[in-house]
Amino acid sequence: ELCPTIKNILLLDSEGKRIAVKYYSDDWPTNAAKEAFEKAVFTKTQKTNARTEAEITMFDNYIVVYKFVQDLHFFVTGGENENEIILATVLQGFFDAVGLLLRGTEDKKEALENLDLILLCLDEIVDGGIILETDANVIAGKVDSHSMDAGAPLSEQVSLLLFHSSDYPLAKSIATILTYLGLQQTITQALATAREHLTRSLLK
Amino acid sequence: MGLRRMVYVIIKELSPSADEVIIVTSSLMKDMTSKTDMYRANAIRVLCRITDGTLLTQIERYLKQAIVDKNPVVASAALVSGIHLLQTNPEIVKRWSNEVQEAVQSRAALVQFHALALLHQIRQNDRLAVNKLVSSLTRGSVRSPLAQCLLIRYTSQVIRESTNDTQTGDRPFYDFLEGCLRHKAEMVIFEAARAITELSGVTSRELTPAITVLQLFLSSSKPVLRFAAVRTLNKVAMSHPTAVTNCNIDMESLISDQNRSIATLAITTLLKTGNESSVDRLMKQITNFMSDIADEFKIVVVDAIRSLCLKFPLKHRSLMNFLSNILREEGGFEYKKAIVDSIVILIRDIPEAKESGLLHLCEFIEDCEFTYLSTQILHFLGIEGPKTSDPSKYIRYIYNRVHLENATVRAGAVSTLAKFGAMVDGLKPRIFVLLRRCLFDNDDEVRDRATLYLSTLGGDGAVVETDDGVKEFLFGSLDVPLVNLENSLKNYDPSEKAFDINSVPKDVKTQPLAEKKATSKRPTGLGAPPPGPPSTVDAYEKLLSSIPEFASFGKLFKSSAPVELTEAETEYAVNVVKHIFDGHVVFQYNCSNTIPEQLLENVTVIVDASEAEEFAEVVSKPLRQLPYDSPGQTFVAFEKPEGVSAVGKFSNMLRFIVKEVDPSTGEAEDDGVEDEYQLEDLELVAADYMLKVGVSNFRNAWESMGVDFEHVDEYGLGPRDSLAEAVNAVINLLGMQPCEGTEVVPPNSRSHTCLLSGVYIGNVKVLVRLQFGLDGPKDVAMKLAVRSEEETVSDAIHEIVASG
Repeated sequence: ELCPTIKNILLLDSEGKRIAVKYYSDDWPTNAAKEAFEKAVFTKTQKTNARTEAEITMFDNYIVVYKFVQDLHFFVTGGENENEIILATVLQGFFDAVGLLLRGTEDKKEALENLDLILLCLDEIVDGGIILETDANVIAGKVDSHSMDAGAPLSEQVSLLLFHSSDYPLAKSIATILTYLGLQQTITQALATAREHLTRSLLK
Repeated sequence: MGLRRMVYVIIKELSPSADEVIIVTSSLMKDMTSKTDMYRANAIRVLCRITDGTLLTQIERYLKQAIVDKNPVVASAALVSGIHLLQTNPEIVKRWSNEVQEAVQSRAALVQFHALALLHQIRQNDRLAVNKLVSSLTRGSVRSPLAQCLLIRYTSQVIRESTNDTQTGDRPFYDFLEGCLRHKAEMVIFEAARAITELSGVTSRELTPAITVLQLFLSSSKPVLRFAAVRTLNKVAMSHPTAVTNCNIDMESLISDQNRSIATLAITTLLKTGNESSVDRLMKQITNFMSDIADEFKIVVVDAIRSLCLKFPLKHRSLMNFLSNILREEGGFEYKKAIVDSIVILIRDIPEAKESGLLHLCEFIEDCEFTYLSTQILHFLGIEGPKTSDPSKYIRYIYNRVHLENATVRAGAVSTLAKFGAMVDGLKPRIFVLLRRCLFDNDDEVRDRATLYLSTLGGDGAVVETDDGVKEFLFGSLDVPLVNLENSLKNYDPSEKAFDINSVPKDVKTQPLAEKKATSKRPTGLGAPPPGPPSTVDAYEKLLSSIPEFASFGKLFKSSAPVELTEAETEYAVNVVKHIFDGHVVFQYNCSNTIPEQLLENVTVIVDASEAEEFAEVVSKPLRQLPYDSPGQTFVAFEKPEGVSAVGKFSNMLRFIVKEVDPSTGEAEDDGVEDEYQLEDLELVAADYMLKVGVSNFRNAWESMGVDFEHVDEYGLGPRDSLAEAVNAVINLLGMQPCEGTEVVPPNSRSHTCLLSGVYIGNVKVLVRLQFGLDGPKDVAMKLAVRSEEETVSDAIHEIVASG
């Protein structure tokens, strides 16, 4: 197909560990494969200086464009025949949008505390490999209007979701994901909070 | 509100099926019609991810509305979802054509991009529709650089498919591409430049504006632009090195680029475009550069240097020195192996480089840490060393290996010494002395080999010629494939009867020669040339030389492309490859059985050569078994008068024994029935004796060929459909390679000159200059000037035209 395709977008820390990653292709079917790729790409680019201009490299028949700021390492990967400048534009969009969302404090701590914003940001840039938006202002605008208070109690909707689902594993998975999203609650806590809300709403 | 969005993201990650999460679905469907645009957009994206066919038909109405929604976020969401859904529910998505068409006209930049992508995918099997789409948009307004890039890609596709039909005139849409080179967005400029360089059969004239633009990118401050430009120019340099030479100066400054990928690409490009005088200067720059880069880049550079040396054999001294210097430095196994392989190839192909090359290799093994390389080199020395003018000077190096190295290398060295003794009688006394010393080695293998050679070389150390039989026994190649030998040995039961090597089957189940992918997965993708026709020639050569009946035919000159002898969708599919040797032709019939219930045995082709009088059949090699879905080959060889490019027509009949097979068990019956199957005729024409070999600079080649064997004549070709058609007809008749894009005839021209080059059987280089002119409304006259290295060949070319 001739449509420009993005294979993955990665945000790693200064040791190569994941902060937020999104894969849009089957080239890395297992988590082990993904982690191996992240390690490889990090090692290859570690020593370069990609802080003023976006840098580019090629390995394993993939083109990777990347840019660093403080302890954040941004990567965008495409196939070897992709237009490198399109990849760079996506990278710039992601990079600048994160800058806007983190309100100037672009480091790992801030990123982890606002992980939900970053995940939403990724969601607004590429959908299933197809580029949705490249303008950082537009991207940040779409995310910011729905910024979330970390630590807010789970809303009724989610608790309903968790309870009315006849699929307990599904409910458990949803809760796990919510945990990963940095709400800093264990699974049990999440379910407990949800139960509490439901009870409260029933008593109203 | 943000939580709702997070839930959307979660749901997409989990991707439950629609019936698993009914509550979610109904909640989403409510969101899809919500007043809040962001909810609508994202609900659409999530729903389409988890939907199935039935749910999709329910929401189809909303999706169609969304596509033409005023809010661009909603429209894009629906369009992108449509692109994904096209994979699973194409019939449904295709119903949205009208809405998508409307969205293509949208003023919102990215909506047009997404709509264009979706519309193209919907219509991609309809060439006419795509053509229309491209035509209207190239004249209309495109609102985003991404959409423009898409359009450029679709335009290239249209160009590719239209040149298959006609070869006349200026390419359609070339002007559009050229215009894009002046767009304000860099991604568009680059996409257009790249598209132009990838046009098939692109001419230097067409390339120039693209290369100019790429040259500007080379000096950009942005690494991404420099990389993109140098990578594209690297590819162009493979086919049009002269077009890239203008960029050489910019390239040379890139050698010191901080980004090592860019630097390596620059070097390999320069190695391809450099001319003989710049070689020395390049080598100096590269020497400094090599220490900076990683092994994987170094291997790419080594490959490029080897190609350069083969291109300029006179420069072998400095290039060989360079290779041996880097061989001495630090490096990993793959890297050193690449260098050794290159030196070996240079020794084989450039006779003047042999002595210095062998010495370099000898010096290398004095210090080599890799056993594999040492043994390979020793083996190679054994083959090439004895043929040199003074083989004795290598003996010292080889014998030192016997003292100093590990057992494997010592054994290899012993064999090499023996080879020298066998091939060069004068050295026998010295070799015997050395071999006797090896009898006291620690290792079994080394002592065994020494004993074997001492006893068989004969003459007990005197200067006596080694018996040919002995040479064959010791150093001849093993006729049987190792795999079969291993199997036979495993099956051999120790008994009174000795193991008989003749009982080992010689046939290997030859894999069908699969086409190589243009880009194979390799650790480096940097500037490596794609495997082209030469590799298939190697495969054929190997195949034919492994068949003992054809071993005496000599070197394979040319193998044609496969010619189908059956129509599509028949029970048995057969195509034929014509292999041309000096005094023989071999027809390789590739057969395929498409009937699962049949097993064919003893498959041969009965060839009737009554319309090819100069040919006499000598050998027919049957295919023992042809099961379902497992292609195989059968061969028929003909003798022909040597040096004559005989032509003829051959009619073919496939003959075999067919056995019924039970498809469930896969077992065949014991009895079979003889049957025949008529195939189409095949023709051997003059063009089969011509290899298409291009020259990059026709004028130089023409001048240096000289007029000694020039033959010029004029012919009237009679009324033709068009000038282009006449030009094509002659090109196909001669089977030669058009040079410098002269096969393309500009429209409305009354005359045209076409330059062809090739290599004729007997390895004779031929150059042809054709001048066509329209004589009156339809008649075409042609002046044919041939220059070649032999008079008979020049005459032969004229014969072909005269009788064609």
